[in-house]
Amino acid sequence: QLSLLRFTVKRSFSTSHSSVDSKEIKKFQLLAHKWWDEEGEYAALHSMNDIRVPFIRDTLLSMSSNYHLGNPLSGIKILDVGCGGGLLSEPLGRLGASVTGIDPVEDNIRTADRHKSFDPVLAKRIQYKSSSLEEIVEESMETFDVIVASEVVEHVADLETFIKCCSQVLKPEGSLFITTINKTQLSYVLGIVVAEKVMGIVPEGTHEWEKFVPPEELERLLESNGFSVKSVNGMLYNPLWGSWSWVESTSLNYALHALKSGAPAQAHATDTLPETDVHQRSATAGTA
Amino acid sequence: LGHDIHFHDKKIALLEAGPRKEYDHMPDSYSNRVSSISPGSATLLSSCGAWDHVCSLRLKPFRRMQVWDACSEAMIVFEKDDLDDMGYIVENDVIMSALTKQLDAVAERVEVFYRSKAVGYTWPLPSRGCDTSPWVQVELADGRRLQTKLLIGADGHNSMVRKEAEIKSIEHQYDQSAVVATLHLSEATDNNVAWQRFLPTGPIALLPLSDTASSLVWSTSHDHASELLAMDEESFVDSINSAFWSNINHSDFIDTAGAMFRSAISLLKPSGTAVRQLPPSVAKVDPESRAMFPLGMGHATEYVQHRVALIGDAAHRVHPLAGQGVNLGFGDIACLAHHLSAAAFNGSDLGSLKHLLKFETERQRHNVSLIAATDVLKRLYSTTLAPLVLLRTWGLQATNALPPVKVRI
Repeated sequence: QLSLLRFTVKRSFSTSHSSVDSKEIKKFQLLAHKWWDEEGEYAALHSMNDIRVPFIRDTLLSMSSNYHLGNPLSGIKILDVGCGGGLLSEPLGRLGASVTGIDPVEDNIRTADRHKSFDPVLAKRIQYKSSSLEEIVEESMETFDVIVASEVVEHVADLETFIKCCSQVLKPEGSLFITTINKTQLSYVLGIVVAEKVMGIVPEGTHEWEKFVPPEELERLLESNGFSVKSVNGMLYNPLWGSWSWVESTSLNYALHALKSGAPAQAHATDTLPETDVHQRSATAGTA
Repeated sequence: LGHDIHFHDKKIALLEAGPRKEYDHMPDSYSNRVSSISPGSATLLSSCGAWDHVCSLRLKPFRRMQVWDACSEAMIVFEKDDLDDMGYIVENDVIMSALTKQLDAVAERVEVFYRSKAVGYTWPLPSRGCDTSPWVQVELADGRRLQTKLLIGADGHNSMVRKEAEIKSIEHQYDQSAVVATLHLSEATDNNVAWQRFLPTGPIALLPLSDTASSLVWSTSHDHASELLAMDEESFVDSINSAFWSNINHSDFIDTAGAMFRSAISLLKPSGTAVRQLPPSVAKVDPESRAMFPLGMGHATEYVQHRVALIGDAAHRVHPLAGQGVNLGFGDIACLAHHLSAAAFNGSDLGSLKHLLKFETERQRHNVSLIAATDVLKRLYSTTLAPLVLLRTWGLQATNALPPVKVRI
């Protein structure tokens, strides 16, 4: 507790090159204690675990050749950016990964810390830090095997900086998983008007349509910053059953998996070589 | 669950009030508590490696089941077309021993506390912001305390877990008791048929144990049950034989009506009437093997709550007339294990209501209709009133002639 306090007092958020938006912080502060109410404001995020956890798990399993089904993510270091109350960090931790969860809202980290403290296994596997992504870059260069940024990039002030930082803390050939909302007319009508104002699936004011990111733009930014996008899948929330499913269309929500290129921080010229390497590896993993 | 790969690093504690039961070979005499195990239940036991142990101890497969009425000639016969086993009669002790062996095999994951009893439960408080542990606390009689993310109540129809969790149940005591005994047949036979006759006082069933022995389950009024237990062995055997063979409850009216219906069916569907076989006659009963226990029906309104799940008799209790009680329990287990395994592979908190509710919905849908049907059958066959007897006579004969309905049953 003490170290957290010291940490936040020393650092101050720089507004010019930061990916953190201070308005967003205020929004989430208000609901910091509601994270773990499975039927409350964050119900949709809880049920999103039913598809995003298998997505992450199965993608990582398909890329690796030796794993144990009883502990599928054992030995994998994951960074959960914008972890909130730890909704996604905990299942990943239960599957065996060592998870570091960061979130700029201190109250969220407090909630996450308290929730994990009751489970002795999780308490050791997950570490939470109140911090923005930039702040941990220096001490975490090429540290993580996987970065997960779920429902985060639509809240970020400077997306390109965010992606660059992801690249810096990720090991070569590491995985980046992003889930976010597309910027379309449909996402305005359903994602903001219906979800927030009419049905209250999402607390009002959570999202701003202007900051939604179309998958094409996300892919462009990723590819020009040393990533190669491996898959993009549409997601759909059914408010009647409170459950998510995979769909063809990415016009509302979507999930994306990208790999950081193998060569350390080089220009595009070497992109093709690592890419074929990765394809070959995943092909052999499939037949192994 | 201990054998499930996704539970590799989980810890399971099993609280058992009785002593450890493990046999390397069975005693010569049969135990009087047996169960009719359906093929589905056998598959479940086989999936955790216990069925092999059962087979190596002892069991009796049966191929045919004949059920008939004491008040008429109506009868229904169940058998599988390919002469496969319809089910198995297994002593409860055999199953316990087989399971004990398999529990030993996963001892690093499953810890069994024999002769232990829980005396108190502390439930997690619903409010999310509290500082007390969100897990279930269990206090044992010897003072030890355990805490768990999921408490499974498999503690029978008087379930303390259910009561402490304040889950209501609909209960009804039948004014019947079941008398059980181990019987020796007059002569050795193939003995691969299960027999059940509906008497007005209740059904009497003979379940095969071996070529020369069968197990008795006779549901009857409390008074009659006490009489049966009190009478000497010879009178007891006579009562059993007469229950199966006597036609005292037949009335001419019903017999004629039944015969008419039967001829009608044989015109429409020549294969629809089966040949009635005669049950074996009983020569003697194993001394000390007679026992009785009261019967009732029950169903919990909810099978699950946050961090709690009920299975088996703790969730539902049926009349033994259909031989389904333990099979419903095995079905619950297969379903719950499936959902928990999937939840574990998704990294979910095992006590989370989301997947527990899926288990509840699936099982309630299946169990409620069977429990209701069993209750209706029990009531229907408890009377000698002519109209109802006629109804059930025709109903039984019709059902016997209709393969789709029979297969469903």
